[in-house]
Amino acid sequence: MKISDAQTKTIPNQQVSIKLGKKIKPTRILLHIVLIFGAFLMVAPFLWTISSSLKDMSQIFLVPPKWLPDPVTFQNYPNSLTAMPFGKAYFNSFYITGLVVFLNILTCSMAAYAFAKIRFYGSNVLFILFLATMMIPKQVTMVPLYLIMDKLGWIDTHLAIIVPAGLFNAFGVFLLRQFIRGIPNELEEAAVLDGANPLRIYWSVILPLIRPALAAFGIFSFMGIWNGFLEPLIYLSTPEKFTVPLLLNTFKGLYFTDWSLMMAGTTISIIPVIVVYIIAQKQIIEGIALTGSKG
Amino acid sequence: MGKRQNLWGYTFLAPQLIGLLAFSLIPVLFTLALSFMKWDGFGAKEFIGLANYIDQFTEPDFWKALVNTAYYTILVIPFSIGISLAVAIALNKIKGKDFYRLFYFMPVVTSSVSIGVIWMWILNGDFGILNQVLANIGIDGPMWLTDTKWVMPSIAILSIWWGLGHNMVIFLAGLQGISRSYYEAADIDGANKWQQFRHITLPLLSPTTFFITIMAIISSFQVFDQAFVMTSGGPAKSSYTFVYHIYEAAFVDFKMGVSSAAAMILFVIILIFTLIQFKMSQRWVHYEDQ
Repeated sequence: MKISDAQTKTIPNQQVSIKLGKKIKPTRILLHIVLIFGAFLMVAPFLWTISSSLKDMSQIFLVPPKWLPDPVTFQNYPNSLTAMPFGKAYFNSFYITGLVVFLNILTCSMAAYAFAKIRFYGSNVLFILFLATMMIPKQVTMVPLYLIMDKLGWIDTHLAIIVPAGLFNAFGVFLLRQFIRGIPNELEEAAVLDGANPLRIYWSVILPLIRPALAAFGIFSFMGIWNGFLEPLIYLSTPEKFTVPLLLNTFKGLYFTDWSLMMAGTTISIIPVIVVYIIAQKQIIEGIALTGSKG
Repeated sequence: MGKRQNLWGYTFLAPQLIGLLAFSLIPVLFTLALSFMKWDGFGAKEFIGLANYIDQFTEPDFWKALVNTAYYTILVIPFSIGISLAVAIALNKIKGKDFYRLFYFMPVVTSSVSIGVIWMWILNGDFGILNQVLANIGIDGPMWLTDTKWVMPSIAILSIWWGLGHNMVIFLAGLQGISRSYYEAADIDGANKWQQFRHITLPLLSPTTFFITIMAIISSFQVFDQAFVMTSGGPAKSSYTFVYHIYEAAFVDFKMGVSSAAAMILFVIILIFTLIQFKMSQRWVHYEDQ
Protein backbone atom coordinates (compact mmCIF):
# COMPACT_ATOMS: atom_id res chain seq x y z
CA MET A 1 0.00 0.00 0.00
CA LYS A 2 1.93 2.95 -1.34
CA ILE A 3 -0.58 5.55 -0.30
CA SER A 4 -0.82 4.63 3.35
CA ASP A 5 2.98 4.48 3.65
CA ALA A 6 3.25 7.92 2.24
CA GLN A 7 0.46 9.18 4.46
CA THR A 8 2.73 8.93 7.48
CA LYS A 9 5.02 11.47 5.86
CA THR A 10 2.19 13.92 5.25
CA ILE A 11 3.10 17.58 5.11
CA PRO A 12 0.69 19.76 7.09
CA ASN A 13 -1.94 21.38 4.85
CA GLN A 14 -1.02 24.93 5.69
CA GLN A 15 2.56 24.67 4.53
CA VAL A 16 1.51 23.34 1.17
CA SER A 17 -0.98 26.10 0.52
CA ILE A 18 1.47 28.81 1.59
CA LYS A 19 4.01 27.41 -0.83
CA LEU A 20 1.48 27.40 -3.67
CA GLY A 21 0.21 30.86 -2.83
CA LYS A 22 3.60 32.49 -3.16
CA LYS A 23 4.16 31.44 -6.74
CA ILE A 24 2.09 33.25 -9.34
CA LYS A 25 1.56 30.61 -11.96
CA PRO A 26 0.64 31.60 -15.51
CA THR A 27 -1.66 28.55 -15.69
CA ARG A 28 -3.64 30.01 -12.78
CA ILE A 29 -4.15 33.27 -14.65
CA LEU A 30 -5.23 31.38 -17.75
CA LEU A 31 -7.67 29.37 -15.65
CA HIS A 32 -9.18 32.58 -14.27
CA ILE A 33 -9.59 33.95 -17.79
CA VAL A 34 -11.40 30.78 -18.89
CA LEU A 35 -13.59 30.81 -15.76
CA ILE A 36 -14.50 34.48 -16.21
CA PHE A 37 -15.44 33.79 -19.83
CA GLY A 38 -17.56 30.83 -18.63
CA ALA A 39 -19.23 32.99 -15.98
CA PHE A 40 -19.99 35.54 -18.68
CA LEU A 41 -21.66 32.83 -20.80
CA MET A 42 -23.80 31.87 -17.80
CA VAL A 43 -25.10 35.40 -17.15
CA ALA A 44 -25.00 36.77 -20.72
CA PRO A 45 -28.51 35.53 -21.59
CA PHE A 46 -29.89 37.40 -18.56
CA LEU A 47 -27.93 40.56 -19.35
CA TRP A 48 -29.05 40.36 -22.99
CA THR A 49 -32.68 39.99 -21.84
CA ILE A 50 -32.49 43.01 -19.55
CA SER A 51 -30.67 45.04 -22.18
CA SER A 52 -33.27 44.12 -24.83
CA SER A 53 -36.08 45.07 -22.49
CA LEU A 54 -34.71 48.62 -22.43
CA LYS A 55 -34.62 48.97 -26.21
CA ASP A 56 -37.31 50.08 -28.62
CA MET A 57 -38.22 47.87 -31.57
CA SER A 58 -35.93 49.74 -33.99
CA GLN A 59 -32.85 48.88 -31.88
CA ILE A 60 -33.77 45.31 -31.17
CA PHE A 61 -33.01 43.96 -34.64
CA LEU A 62 -29.83 45.97 -35.23
CA VAL A 63 -26.96 44.16 -36.97
CA PRO A 64 -24.38 44.01 -35.43
CA PRO A 65 -26.28 43.83 -32.10
CA LYS A 66 -25.68 46.58 -29.55
CA TRP A 67 -25.27 45.43 -25.95
CA LEU A 68 -26.16 48.78 -24.45
CA PRO A 69 -29.48 50.33 -25.43
CA ASP A 70 -29.21 53.86 -26.82
CA PRO A 71 -31.47 55.60 -26.08
CA VAL A 72 -32.70 53.72 -23.02
CA THR A 73 -36.46 53.32 -22.99
CA PHE A 74 -38.47 52.14 -20.01
CA GLN A 75 -41.76 52.14 -21.88
CA ASN A 76 -41.77 48.34 -22.36
CA TYR A 77 -42.33 47.80 -18.65
CA PRO A 78 -45.57 49.76 -18.20
CA ASN A 79 -46.67 48.38 -21.58
CA SER A 80 -46.18 44.75 -20.61
CA LEU A 81 -47.74 45.36 -17.18
CA THR A 82 -50.89 46.75 -18.78
CA ALA A 83 -50.98 44.14 -21.57
CA MET A 84 -51.18 41.30 -19.04
CA PRO A 85 -52.13 41.03 -15.34
CA PHE A 86 -48.54 40.54 -14.15
CA GLY A 87 -49.29 42.20 -10.80
CA LYS A 88 -52.06 39.69 -10.16
CA ALA A 89 -49.80 36.81 -11.25
CA TYR A 90 -47.13 37.99 -8.81
CA PHE A 91 -49.67 38.03 -6.01
CA ASN A 92 -50.93 34.54 -6.98
CA SER A 93 -47.43 33.09 -7.20
CA PHE A 94 -46.41 34.63 -3.89
CA TYR A 95 -49.35 33.43 -1.90
CA ILE A 96 -49.46 29.97 -3.47
CA THR A 97 -45.72 29.56 -2.86
CA GLY A 98 -45.99 30.99 0.68
CA LEU A 99 -48.76 28.61 1.67
CA VAL A 100 -47.04 25.57 0.16
CA VAL A 101 -43.74 26.39 1.86
CA PHE A 102 -45.49 26.87 5.20
CA LEU A 103 -47.46 23.61 4.85
CA ASN A 104 -44.37 21.75 3.66
CA ILE A 105 -42.22 22.88 6.57
CA LEU A 106 -44.93 22.10 9.12
CA THR A 107 -46.19 18.74 7.85
CA CYS A 108 -42.82 17.37 6.66
CA SER A 109 -41.15 18.19 9.97
CA MET A 110 -44.02 16.53 11.85
CA ALA A 111 -43.74 13.36 9.78
CA ALA A 112 -39.94 13.48 9.97
CA TYR A 113 -40.14 13.74 13.77
CA ALA A 114 -42.46 10.74 13.93
CA PHE A 115 -40.14 8.65 11.76
CA ALA A 116 -36.99 9.73 13.55
CA LYS A 117 -38.00 9.65 17.21
CA ILE A 118 -41.30 7.86 17.82
CA ARG A 119 -41.50 4.10 17.72
CA PHE A 120 -44.92 3.29 16.33
CA TYR A 121 -46.53 0.33 14.62
CA GLY A 122 -45.69 0.10 10.91
CA SER A 123 -43.25 3.00 10.89
CA ASN A 124 -40.60 1.12 8.91
CA VAL A 125 -42.98 -0.01 6.19
CA LEU A 126 -44.47 3.47 5.89
CA PHE A 127 -41.05 5.08 5.70
CA ILE A 128 -40.03 2.75 2.87
CA LEU A 129 -43.28 3.65 1.14
CA PHE A 130 -42.35 7.35 1.39
CA LEU A 131 -38.91 6.64 -0.04
CA ALA A 132 -40.36 4.55 -2.85
CA THR A 133 -42.70 7.33 -3.99
CA MET A 134 -39.71 9.59 -4.60
CA MET A 135 -39.07 7.73 -7.82
CA ILE A 136 -42.57 8.13 -9.21
CA PRO A 137 -42.39 10.84 -11.87
CA LYS A 138 -45.16 13.37 -11.37
CA GLN A 139 -46.32 12.86 -14.94
CA VAL A 140 -47.39 9.33 -14.01
CA THR A 141 -50.04 10.62 -11.63
CA MET A 142 -51.07 13.53 -13.85
CA VAL A 143 -54.34 12.09 -15.19
CA PRO A 144 -55.74 10.62 -11.93
CA LEU A 145 -54.79 13.78 -10.02
CA TYR A 146 -56.75 15.81 -12.54
CA LEU A 147 -59.74 13.52 -12.02
CA ILE A 148 -59.43 13.80 -8.23
CA MET A 149 -59.27 17.60 -8.46
CA ASP A 150 -62.31 17.51 -10.72
CA LYS A 151 -64.26 15.43 -8.15
CA LEU A 152 -63.25 17.86 -5.40
CA GLY A 153 -64.34 20.79 -7.57
CA TRP A 154 -60.86 22.30 -7.45
CA ILE A 155 -60.24 22.67 -11.20
CA ASP A 156 -59.31 26.27 -12.01
CA THR A 157 -58.64 27.00 -8.35
CA HIS A 158 -55.34 27.39 -6.54
CA LEU A 159 -56.24 24.59 -4.14
CA ALA A 160 -55.39 22.07 -6.87
CA ILE A 161 -51.81 23.31 -6.71
CA ILE A 162 -51.50 24.12 -3.00
CA VAL A 163 -52.97 21.04 -1.32
CA PRO A 164 -51.06 18.21 -3.08
CA ALA A 165 -47.76 20.08 -2.99
CA GLY A 166 -48.25 21.21 0.60
CA LEU A 167 -49.38 17.90 2.05
CA PHE A 168 -47.08 15.57 0.18
CA ASN A 169 -43.33 15.97 -0.13
CA ALA A 170 -41.46 12.69 0.37
CA PHE A 171 -38.10 14.35 -0.23
CA GLY A 172 -38.77 16.83 2.56
CA VAL A 173 -39.78 14.07 4.98
CA PHE A 174 -36.61 12.15 4.16
CA LEU A 175 -34.31 15.19 4.37
CA LEU A 176 -35.66 16.43 7.70
CA ARG A 177 -35.72 12.93 9.19
CA GLN A 178 -31.98 12.68 8.56
CA PHE A 179 -31.45 15.91 10.51
CA ILE A 180 -33.73 14.97 13.40
CA ARG A 181 -32.01 11.60 13.76
CA GLY A 182 -28.80 13.52 14.39
CA ILE A 183 -30.25 15.12 17.53
CA PRO A 184 -29.05 13.23 20.64
CA ASN A 185 -31.74 11.28 22.51
CA GLU A 186 -30.52 12.72 25.83
CA LEU A 187 -32.10 16.07 25.03
CA GLU A 188 -35.43 14.38 24.52
CA GLU A 189 -35.08 12.24 27.63
CA ALA A 190 -34.38 15.31 29.71
CA ALA A 191 -37.55 16.89 28.35
CA VAL A 192 -39.55 13.73 29.14
CA LEU A 193 -38.29 13.81 32.74
CA ASP A 194 -39.55 17.39 32.92
CA GLY A 195 -42.96 16.02 31.97
CA ALA A 196 -43.05 17.12 28.32
CA ASN A 197 -45.23 15.19 25.86
CA PRO A 198 -44.18 14.56 22.21
CA LEU A 199 -46.04 17.66 21.01
CA ARG A 200 -44.06 19.78 23.45
CA ILE A 201 -40.76 18.07 22.51
CA TYR A 202 -41.44 18.56 18.80
CA TRP A 203 -42.25 22.23 19.24
CA SER A 204 -39.74 23.31 21.89
CA VAL A 205 -36.79 20.94 21.37
CA ILE A 206 -36.76 19.59 17.81
CA LEU A 207 -37.98 22.53 15.73
CA PRO A 208 -35.52 25.09 17.15
CA LEU A 209 -32.63 22.68 16.66
CA ILE A 210 -33.34 21.95 12.99
CA ARG A 211 -33.93 25.57 11.99
CA PRO A 212 -31.07 25.62 9.42
CA ALA A 213 -32.39 22.47 7.77
CA LEU A 214 -35.90 23.96 7.73
CA ALA A 215 -34.55 27.10 6.09
CA ALA A 216 -32.72 25.13 3.39
CA PHE A 217 -35.73 22.91 2.73
CA GLY A 218 -38.04 25.93 2.71
CA ILE A 219 -35.96 27.60 0.00
CA PHE A 220 -36.00 24.43 -2.11
CA SER A 221 -39.71 24.19 -1.75
CA PHE A 222 -39.99 27.89 -2.72
CA MET A 223 -37.93 27.39 -5.90
CA GLY A 224 -39.87 24.28 -6.89
CA ILE A 225 -43.31 25.85 -6.51
CA TRP A 226 -42.44 29.31 -7.81
CA ASN A 227 -40.99 27.83 -10.99
CA GLY A 228 -43.62 25.11 -11.38
CA PHE A 229 -45.24 24.99 -14.81
CA LEU A 230 -46.99 21.66 -15.44
CA GLU A 231 -49.53 21.90 -12.59
CA PRO A 232 -50.65 25.49 -13.32
CA LEU A 233 -50.80 24.59 -17.01
CA ILE A 234 -53.11 21.65 -16.36
CA TYR A 235 -55.36 23.09 -13.65
CA LEU A 236 -55.70 26.82 -14.31
CA SER A 237 -57.67 28.36 -17.14
CA THR A 238 -58.69 31.87 -15.96
CA PRO A 239 -55.87 34.38 -16.70
CA GLU A 240 -56.54 36.23 -13.42
CA LYS A 241 -55.62 33.04 -11.55
CA PHE A 242 -52.39 32.39 -13.46
CA THR A 243 -49.00 32.10 -11.79
CA VAL A 244 -46.02 34.03 -13.16
CA PRO A 245 -44.58 31.26 -15.41
CA LEU A 246 -48.01 30.40 -16.81
CA LEU A 247 -48.80 34.05 -17.52
CA LEU A 248 -45.42 34.52 -19.19
CA ASN A 249 -46.14 31.54 -21.42
CA THR A 250 -49.51 33.05 -22.43
CA PHE A 251 -47.82 36.41 -22.94
CA LYS A 252 -45.37 34.72 -25.29
CA GLY A 253 -48.23 33.26 -27.29
CA LEU A 254 -49.85 36.67 -27.77
CA TYR A 255 -46.85 38.96 -28.19
CA PHE A 256 -44.12 36.78 -29.59
CA THR A 257 -43.43 39.21 -32.42
CA ASP A 258 -42.96 42.18 -30.08
CA TRP A 259 -39.62 41.17 -28.66
CA SER A 260 -38.93 44.28 -26.59
CA LEU A 261 -42.24 43.78 -24.81
CA MET A 262 -41.47 40.06 -24.40
CA MET A 263 -38.09 40.79 -22.85
CA ALA A 264 -39.66 43.23 -20.39
CA GLY A 265 -42.20 40.56 -19.42
CA THR A 266 -39.45 37.96 -19.03
CA THR A 267 -37.34 40.32 -16.90
CA ILE A 268 -40.36 40.93 -14.66
CA SER A 269 -40.77 37.17 -14.26
CA ILE A 270 -37.15 36.41 -13.31
CA ILE A 271 -36.51 39.28 -10.86
CA PRO A 272 -38.05 37.78 -7.66
CA VAL A 273 -36.33 34.44 -7.99
CA ILE A 274 -32.93 36.03 -8.72
CA VAL A 275 -33.36 38.32 -5.70
CA VAL A 276 -34.19 35.35 -3.46
CA TYR A 277 -31.23 33.50 -4.92
CA ILE A 278 -28.76 36.30 -4.21
CA ILE A 279 -30.03 36.62 -0.62
CA ALA A 280 -30.12 32.88 0.12
CA GLN A 281 -27.46 31.50 -2.24
CA LYS A 282 -25.42 29.94 0.54
CA GLN A 283 -28.31 27.79 1.80
CA ILE A 284 -29.43 26.90 -1.73
CA ILE A 285 -25.99 25.77 -2.83
CA GLU A 286 -25.25 23.88 0.37
CA GLY A 287 -28.65 22.24 0.21
CA ILE A 288 -28.06 21.06 -3.37
CA ALA A 289 -24.62 19.77 -2.42
CA LEU A 290 -26.27 17.83 0.42
CA THR A 291 -28.75 16.09 -1.90
CA GLY A 292 -25.79 14.84 -3.92
CA SER A 293 -23.83 13.48 -1.00
CA LYS A 294 -26.70 11.33 0.24
CA GLY A 295 -26.12 9.25 -2.96
CA MET B 1 -44.46 0.16 21.43
CA GLY B 2 -47.29 1.29 23.62
CA LYS B 3 -50.68 2.44 22.40
CA ARG B 4 -49.79 6.00 23.31
CA GLN B 5 -46.69 5.87 21.11
CA ASN B 6 -48.81 4.64 18.20
CA LEU B 7 -51.30 7.43 18.71
CA TRP B 8 -48.59 10.11 18.82
CA GLY B 9 -46.78 8.60 15.83
CA TYR B 10 -49.84 8.60 13.62
CA THR B 11 -50.92 12.03 14.81
CA PHE B 12 -47.64 13.54 13.65
CA LEU B 13 -47.64 11.52 10.46
CA ALA B 14 -51.29 12.17 9.58
CA PRO B 15 -51.05 15.17 7.18
CA GLN B 16 -48.23 13.68 5.08
CA LEU B 17 -49.79 10.22 5.21
CA ILE B 18 -53.06 11.58 3.84
CA GLY B 19 -51.01 13.35 1.15
CA LEU B 20 -49.14 10.16 0.33
CA LEU B 21 -52.36 8.18 -0.08
CA ALA B 22 -54.48 10.80 -1.84
CA PHE B 23 -51.89 12.36 -4.14
CA SER B 24 -49.42 9.58 -4.82
CA LEU B 25 -50.37 5.97 -4.04
CA ILE B 26 -54.03 6.03 -5.04
CA PRO B 27 -53.29 8.03 -8.23
CA VAL B 28 -50.52 5.57 -9.21
CA LEU B 29 -52.88 2.61 -8.80
CA PHE B 30 -55.53 4.59 -10.68
CA THR B 31 -53.09 5.17 -13.57
CA LEU B 32 -52.32 1.47 -13.64
CA ALA B 33 -56.03 0.63 -13.78
CA LEU B 34 -56.74 3.26 -16.46
CA SER B 35 -53.93 1.89 -18.61
CA PHE B 36 -56.09 -1.20 -19.19
CA MET B 37 -59.14 0.81 -20.16
CA LYS B 38 -60.48 2.79 -23.04
CA TRP B 39 -61.79 6.12 -21.80
CA ASP B 40 -62.26 9.62 -23.20
CA GLY B 41 -62.48 11.22 -19.75
CA PHE B 42 -66.25 11.75 -19.83
CA GLY B 43 -68.19 8.67 -21.00
CA ALA B 44 -68.10 5.09 -19.81
CA LYS B 45 -64.85 3.23 -19.15
CA GLU B 46 -64.28 0.04 -21.07
CA PHE B 47 -61.83 -2.67 -20.01
CA ILE B 48 -59.64 -3.59 -22.97
CA GLY B 49 -56.77 -5.51 -21.35
CA LEU B 50 -53.35 -4.87 -22.80
CA ALA B 51 -54.68 -3.17 -25.92
CA ASN B 52 -53.35 0.29 -24.93
CA TYR B 53 -49.86 -1.09 -24.46
CA ILE B 54 -49.94 -3.03 -27.74
CA ASP B 55 -51.37 0.06 -29.39
CA GLN B 56 -48.48 2.14 -28.02
CA PHE B 57 -45.83 -0.16 -29.43
CA THR B 58 -47.40 0.09 -32.89
CA GLU B 59 -48.01 3.85 -32.61
CA PRO B 60 -45.56 6.03 -34.61
CA ASP B 61 -45.99 8.99 -32.19
CA PHE B 62 -44.94 6.84 -29.26
CA TRP B 63 -41.73 5.77 -31.01
CA LYS B 64 -41.10 9.30 -32.21
CA ALA B 65 -41.39 10.53 -28.61
CA LEU B 66 -39.21 7.75 -27.26
CA VAL B 67 -36.50 8.23 -29.90
CA ASN B 68 -36.52 12.03 -29.44
CA THR B 69 -36.21 11.68 -25.67
CA ALA B 70 -33.41 9.11 -25.94
CA TYR B 71 -31.61 11.32 -28.48
CA TYR B 72 -31.94 14.31 -26.16
CA THR B 73 -30.59 12.27 -23.25
CA ILE B 74 -27.58 11.10 -25.29
CA LEU B 75 -26.86 14.69 -26.35
CA VAL B 76 -27.20 16.16 -22.86
CA ILE B 77 -25.53 13.62 -20.55
CA PRO B 78 -21.88 13.59 -21.77
CA PHE B 79 -21.64 17.37 -22.19
CA SER B 80 -23.54 18.16 -19.04
CA ILE B 81 -21.39 15.83 -16.91
CA GLY B 82 -18.10 16.65 -18.66
CA ILE B 83 -18.44 20.42 -18.51
CA SER B 84 -19.75 20.55 -14.94
CA LEU B 85 -16.95 18.23 -13.77
CA ALA B 86 -14.34 20.39 -15.53
CA VAL B 87 -15.72 23.58 -13.95
CA ALA B 88 -15.91 21.94 -10.51
CA ILE B 89 -12.28 20.81 -10.72
CA ALA B 90 -11.22 24.26 -11.89
CA LEU B 91 -13.08 25.89 -9.01
CA ASN B 92 -12.05 23.38 -6.35
CA LYS B 93 -8.79 24.97 -5.32
CA ILE B 94 -9.05 28.41 -6.79
CA LYS B 95 -9.35 31.82 -5.16
CA GLY B 96 -12.75 33.44 -5.60
CA LYS B 97 -14.62 30.15 -5.74
CA ASP B 98 -17.75 31.66 -4.15
CA PHE B 99 -17.73 34.50 -6.65
CA TYR B 100 -17.69 32.17 -9.66
CA ARG B 101 -20.21 29.82 -8.09
CA LEU B 102 -22.69 32.68 -7.76
CA PHE B 103 -22.78 33.13 -11.54
CA TYR B 104 -22.54 29.52 -12.67
CA PHE B 105 -25.48 28.56 -10.48
CA MET B 106 -27.76 31.46 -11.44
CA PRO B 107 -29.64 29.76 -14.32
CA VAL B 108 -30.58 26.83 -12.06
CA VAL B 109 -32.99 28.93 -10.00
CA THR B 110 -34.79 30.42 -13.00
CA SER B 111 -38.09 28.98 -14.25
CA SER B 112 -38.22 26.80 -17.35
CA VAL B 113 -40.62 29.23 -19.01
CA SER B 114 -38.36 32.27 -18.54
CA ILE B 115 -35.39 30.24 -19.74
CA GLY B 116 -37.39 29.02 -22.72
CA VAL B 117 -38.44 32.53 -23.75
CA ILE B 118 -34.90 33.90 -23.36
CA TRP B 119 -33.45 31.11 -25.49
CA MET B 120 -36.14 31.48 -28.18
CA TRP B 121 -34.75 34.97 -28.58
CA ILE B 122 -31.10 33.86 -28.53
CA LEU B 123 -31.65 30.95 -30.92
CA ASN B 124 -33.85 32.78 -33.40
CA GLY B 125 -32.45 31.84 -36.80
CA ASP B 126 -32.90 35.26 -38.41
CA PHE B 127 -31.88 37.78 -35.77
CA GLY B 128 -30.92 35.74 -32.68
CA ILE B 129 -27.74 36.78 -30.93
CA LEU B 130 -26.16 33.33 -31.33
CA ASN B 131 -26.24 33.43 -35.13
CA GLN B 132 -25.01 37.03 -35.09
CA VAL B 133 -22.05 36.01 -32.95
CA LEU B 134 -21.40 33.03 -35.24
CA ALA B 135 -21.58 35.32 -38.30
CA ASN B 136 -18.74 37.37 -36.80
CA ILE B 137 -16.46 34.36 -36.97
CA GLY B 138 -17.68 33.41 -40.43
CA ILE B 139 -20.15 30.66 -39.53
CA ASP B 140 -23.59 30.64 -41.09
CA GLY B 141 -25.73 29.48 -38.16
CA PRO B 142 -28.72 27.17 -38.74
CA MET B 143 -32.39 27.90 -38.08
CA TRP B 144 -32.02 26.44 -34.61
CA LEU B 145 -35.64 26.04 -33.58
CA THR B 146 -37.36 25.56 -36.93
CA ASP B 147 -35.00 23.07 -38.54
CA THR B 148 -35.99 19.47 -37.76
CA LYS B 149 -32.30 18.49 -37.51
CA TRP B 150 -31.33 21.25 -35.10
CA VAL B 151 -34.28 21.54 -32.76
CA MET B 152 -33.28 18.73 -30.36
CA PRO B 153 -29.62 19.85 -30.21
CA SER B 154 -30.92 23.39 -29.49
CA ILE B 155 -33.01 22.20 -26.56
CA ALA B 156 -30.02 20.15 -25.41
CA ILE B 157 -27.71 23.22 -25.49
CA LEU B 158 -30.23 25.13 -23.38
CA SER B 159 -30.55 22.25 -20.90
CA ILE B 160 -26.78 21.85 -20.56
CA TRP B 161 -26.45 25.57 -19.83
CA TRP B 162 -29.42 25.46 -17.44
CA GLY B 163 -28.26 22.47 -15.37
CA LEU B 164 -24.51 23.05 -15.38
CA GLY B 165 -24.44 24.87 -12.04
CA HIS B 166 -26.51 22.19 -10.34
CA ASN B 167 -24.18 19.31 -11.22
CA MET B 168 -21.13 21.48 -10.63
CA VAL B 169 -22.15 22.14 -7.04
CA ILE B 170 -22.63 18.42 -6.35
CA PHE B 171 -19.25 17.65 -7.95
CA LEU B 172 -17.65 20.37 -5.82
CA ALA B 173 -19.08 18.77 -2.68
CA GLY B 174 -17.71 15.42 -3.84
CA LEU B 175 -14.28 16.88 -4.54
CA GLN B 176 -14.14 18.49 -1.13
CA GLY B 177 -14.81 15.12 0.44
CA ILE B 178 -11.54 13.74 -0.95
CA SER B 179 -8.83 13.96 1.67
CA ARG B 180 -5.87 16.17 0.76
CA SER B 181 -3.50 13.57 2.16
CA TYR B 182 -3.91 11.40 -0.97
CA TYR B 183 -2.60 14.21 -3.16
CA GLU B 184 0.21 15.00 -0.76
CA ALA B 185 1.24 11.36 -0.78
CA ALA B 186 1.10 11.29 -4.56
CA ASP B 187 3.19 14.48 -4.68
CA ILE B 188 5.85 12.78 -2.61
CA ASP B 189 5.72 9.76 -4.90
CA GLY B 190 6.30 12.11 -7.81
CA ALA B 191 2.94 11.70 -9.54
CA ASN B 192 2.12 14.53 -11.92
CA LYS B 193 -1.18 16.41 -12.03
CA TRP B 194 -2.67 14.20 -14.74
CA GLN B 195 -1.72 10.99 -12.91
CA GLN B 196 -3.22 12.40 -9.73
CA PHE B 197 -6.42 13.23 -11.55
CA ARG B 198 -6.56 9.84 -13.25
CA HIS B 199 -5.71 7.69 -10.21
CA ILE B 200 -7.04 9.70 -7.26
CA THR B 201 -9.70 12.22 -8.29
CA LEU B 202 -11.63 10.14 -10.84
CA PRO B 203 -11.89 6.91 -8.80
CA LEU B 204 -12.73 8.66 -5.53
CA LEU B 205 -15.25 10.85 -7.30
CA SER B 206 -16.92 7.95 -9.11
CA PRO B 207 -19.82 7.57 -6.65
CA THR B 208 -20.68 11.25 -7.17
CA THR B 209 -20.31 10.90 -10.94
CA PHE B 210 -22.57 7.88 -10.95
CA PHE B 211 -25.19 9.60 -8.80
CA ILE B 212 -25.20 12.64 -11.08
CA THR B 213 -25.36 10.52 -14.23
CA ILE B 214 -28.35 8.48 -13.07
CA MET B 215 -30.21 11.52 -11.75
CA ALA B 216 -29.51 13.33 -15.03
CA ILE B 217 -30.83 10.41 -17.08
CA ILE B 218 -33.97 10.26 -14.95
CA SER B 219 -34.64 13.97 -15.34
CA SER B 220 -33.79 13.85 -19.07
CA PHE B 221 -36.57 11.34 -19.54
CA GLN B 222 -38.98 13.86 -18.07
CA VAL B 223 -38.06 16.74 -20.39
CA PHE B 224 -41.18 18.68 -21.34
CA ASP B 225 -41.29 22.37 -20.38
CA GLN B 226 -38.61 23.59 -22.78
CA ALA B 227 -40.12 21.81 -25.78
CA PHE B 228 -43.63 22.92 -24.85
CA VAL B 229 -42.65 26.58 -24.44
CA MET B 230 -40.19 26.99 -27.32
CA THR B 231 -41.37 24.72 -30.13
CA SER B 232 -44.70 23.13 -29.13
CA GLY B 233 -43.09 19.82 -30.02
CA GLY B 234 -42.37 20.90 -33.60
CA PRO B 235 -41.34 21.31 -36.31
CA ALA B 236 -42.94 18.11 -37.61
CA LYS B 237 -42.88 16.56 -34.11
CA SER B 238 -39.08 16.64 -34.09
CA SER B 239 -39.07 17.94 -30.48
CA TYR B 240 -42.04 15.85 -29.38
CA THR B 241 -40.82 14.23 -26.14
CA PHE B 242 -42.10 11.35 -24.05
CA VAL B 243 -43.83 13.51 -21.44
CA TYR B 244 -45.23 15.64 -24.27
CA HIS B 245 -46.79 12.45 -25.60
CA ILE B 246 -48.31 11.63 -22.18
CA TYR B 247 -49.60 15.20 -21.86
CA GLU B 248 -51.02 15.38 -25.36
CA ALA B 249 -52.73 11.99 -25.21
CA ALA B 250 -54.56 13.03 -22.02
CA PHE B 251 -55.26 16.74 -22.36
CA VAL B 252 -55.42 17.29 -26.12
CA ASP B 253 -56.67 13.96 -27.53
CA PHE B 254 -58.59 12.89 -24.37
CA LYS B 255 -57.29 9.33 -24.60
CA MET B 256 -56.88 8.73 -20.87
CA GLY B 257 -56.11 5.01 -21.22
CA VAL B 258 -53.41 5.60 -23.84
CA SER B 259 -51.86 8.38 -21.76
CA SER B 260 -51.87 6.16 -18.67
CA ALA B 261 -50.22 3.28 -20.54
CA ALA B 262 -47.48 5.64 -21.78
CA ALA B 263 -47.06 6.99 -18.23
CA MET B 264 -46.65 3.45 -16.87
CA ILE B 265 -43.96 2.78 -19.48
CA LEU B 266 -42.13 5.96 -18.37
CA PHE B 267 -42.45 4.78 -14.78
CA VAL B 268 -40.86 1.43 -15.65
CA ILE B 269 -37.97 3.14 -17.47
CA ILE B 270 -37.31 5.39 -14.47
CA LEU B 271 -37.73 2.47 -12.08
CA ILE B 272 -34.99 0.56 -13.92
CA PHE B 273 -32.55 3.47 -13.65
CA THR B 274 -33.41 3.99 -9.99
CA LEU B 275 -32.81 0.31 -9.23
CA ILE B 276 -29.46 0.43 -11.05
CA GLN B 277 -28.47 3.39 -8.90
CA PHE B 278 -29.63 1.62 -5.75
CA LYS B 279 -27.71 -1.57 -6.56
CA MET B 280 -24.57 0.30 -7.51
CA SER B 281 -24.66 2.53 -4.43
CA GLN B 282 -24.63 -0.61 -2.27
CA ARG B 283 -21.44 -1.58 -4.02
CA TRP B 284 -19.77 1.77 -3.21
CA VAL B 285 -20.59 1.49 0.45
CA HIS B 286 -18.82 -1.86 0.38
CA TYR B 287 -15.91 -0.33 -1.51
CA GLU B 288 -15.48 2.52 0.94
CA ASP B 289 -15.50 0.17 3.91
CA GLN B 290 -12.37 -1.64 2.71
